[in-house]
Amino acid sequence: MWSSLGSGRESARAAAKQREPAGALPHGSEHPPDCPLSIHDTTVAYHRKPVLWDVDYDAAAGKLTAIVGPNGAGKSTLLKAVLDLVPRASGRVTIFGEPYRRQRERVAYVPQRESVDWDFPVSALDVVTMGCYAKIGWLRPVTRAHRRTALEALERVGLAEYAGRQISQLSGGQQQRVFLARALAQHADLYLMDEPFASVDAATERAIVDVLRELRRNGRTVLVVHHDLQTVPEYFDNVLLLNMRVVAHGPVGEIFTPENLARTYGGRLTLLDAAAHALKRGDGA
Amino acid sequence: MIGLIPADFAWRSGDTWTVVVGALAAAACALPGNFLVLRRLSLMGDAISHAVLPGLAAAFLISGSLGGVEMLIGAAVVGVLTAALTQWLHSVARVEESAALGVVFSVLFALGLVLIRQADSIDLDPDCVLYGQIETAVLRTTEIGGWQVPEAALTLMGVLMVNVLVIALLFKELRLAAFDPALAAALGFRPLLLHYALMTLVAMTTVAAFESVGSILVIAMLIVPAAAARLLTDRLLPMLLLSGLIAVIGAAGGHLLAIVAPGWFGYPGVSTSTAGMICVAVGLQFGLALLIAPRHGLIVRSLRRANLRARILREDILGVLYRVEESGREISAAVLRSLVRAAVGSGPLATRLALAGLKRRGMVRGAEGRIRLTEPGSVAARSVVRAHRLWEVYLSERLGLRPDHVHGTAERLEHLAAPGIREVLAGDVGEPARDPHGTEIPRGE
Repeated sequence: MWSSLGSGRESARAAAKQREPAGALPHGSEHPPDCPLSIHDTTVAYHRKPVLWDVDYDAAAGKLTAIVGPNGAGKSTLLKAVLDLVPRASGRVTIFGEPYRRQRERVAYVPQRESVDWDFPVSALDVVTMGCYAKIGWLRPVTRAHRRTALEALERVGLAEYAGRQISQLSGGQQQRVFLARALAQHADLYLMDEPFASVDAATERAIVDVLRELRRNGRTVLVVHHDLQTVPEYFDNVLLLNMRVVAHGPVGEIFTPENLARTYGGRLTLLDAAAHALKRGDGA
Repeated sequence: MIGLIPADFAWRSGDTWTVVVGALAAAACALPGNFLVLRRLSLMGDAISHAVLPGLAAAFLISGSLGGVEMLIGAAVVGVLTAALTQWLHSVARVEESAALGVVFSVLFALGLVLIRQADSIDLDPDCVLYGQIETAVLRTTEIGGWQVPEAALTLMGVLMVNVLVIALLFKELRLAAFDPALAAALGFRPLLLHYALMTLVAMTTVAAFESVGSILVIAMLIVPAAAARLLTDRLLPMLLLSGLIAVIGAAGGHLLAIVAPGWFGYPGVSTSTAGMICVAVGLQFGLALLIAPRHGLIVRSLRRANLRARILREDILGVLYRVEESGREISAAVLRSLVRAAVGSGPLATRLALAGLKRRGMVRGAEGRIRLTEPGSVAARSVVRAHRLWEVYLSERLGLRPDHVHGTAERLEHLAAPGIREVLAGDVGEPARDPHGTEIPRGE
């Protein structure tokens, strides 16, 4: 019974349609049914303190989207709310038209690198194989085919030769790439990444960008929480500006303007911008 | 070996059964203990082994007997309750996690004491709870196929098999939930459910084991074999197997120690608590692992540190000799050694050894009279000095340090050996010709 995840999608979709006649929800009619990710009017609160207000957003299918906003804007929380990792106070999230719990296999998540204990006794390959677990399901063993999938994913991030290494023996950038490979091994349709570029070396940054572009070529939808404003226009097609509420979203060319950024960051942008410039120059990238 | 083994030493079948019961109890505890250690829940084993008391008392009050299935169920219920209450206090009442655990298990333990007072017919002897009665536990036997098998061995065998089975079936799930609970939840693997399953195992194992070996041994066996195994390997499956092996060796060695050790301290013919000695034996194995473990052991780590110190000292010597030759002087080995000791504060023996190491590597040559860099030595020395002076430029230009404040920091940074770092540094400061003191910076190769 545990392994029936993902089956019966069609009947579930039909049932969902019956339960929710058009127009029953305030934004119901505005969200395209096959959108990779639709967030309907969602509010999230931690201990009654709201961190996200009335987020209403459709991800652009097949695009690379940066989620940008100041610290405490709720960027990570937004991803976690999509994945049912934090409870929503109100609102609804659909993945390709259905609730997340029916679409787990199709969504790959790259958490922040600091969220796990890198001294844990597993190899890089073990970690990447975890990306296959949604397909394997409860109680079934990992097979050679899954390990091959994992090894291919490690190859794509340039770490095949480190497959057998215990994860604490990898550099920070390599650890980040292991996390990325784990998401790739899932062969998902929607990728949610929480700051994959945070404090990585130049080689890792290039590897991540290559992988993102490859995902886009294959028609996947990718949302990336991103801190470095300088690289947004270069790396991403779309941007979601977030500061507890959605400030603006759309193509980088239209939305990523000084006015919108000022609205997102309040008065702090100039300072932040300067710091970003300084850092960029300082790390020699 | 004369004197180590007393003259009247004899191994009886009771001794074998004592070892079997001890080994089963220790191994049954050690397996789930691995996950407690990895999830930093070591205190949870301690807490649950106390908190199961009201479960035992309630099971006794309801069923009227102290045995078998009722006790395991009572323990399992309270084990889950401990974990659930702790979780609730932490997430809803926002009490800090270890404080919540402390509150829950002490309150449950107190409740258990009250329940025992209510039914003073309960045969729970505090000494037995703490130290167990492994020697007498093997005397209560039941016949199986013509063999007199201690009941405790059967119970513990059952619990060990349940533990092995659950961990084997849920190996991938338990590993995922322990390593990355957020991903486990996102992929639908219910980390909270797995957490409660693990706590149920721990509670059942605790109850099954502590009657024969006592709660102190249970707490030790949950944590120490797993911690020792973690030092010896960097993979989860070998860690599980090793922890079981350490537990079994501990049981056999512990019982042997209990028989022979009193003799070493002048109490011949006496044997001491087997449960206590099993703790000692497992503790000794942990100590051994801490010393000799291949990657995390103290010996390997101190060797690694000593190697690093030696490399740094060799680079320092090359740097000093390069600067001497740069200024066109000639010096003897003795003068070089004293220059180095003055520059970096190294000890006389370490300096001598490092210089010998450089000679062995063909980096320097010459007798006591005059010492000089060889061709490869000169290349290596130039690279160190170049890194030093580039770092000085970086520190003064990029970070705005005064030129007379940069030498000490550069002295440490010059030894950074990550591949490519010196090239990146040179690119960043733009290949300057001279350092902040005006000295020429040697070109890279």
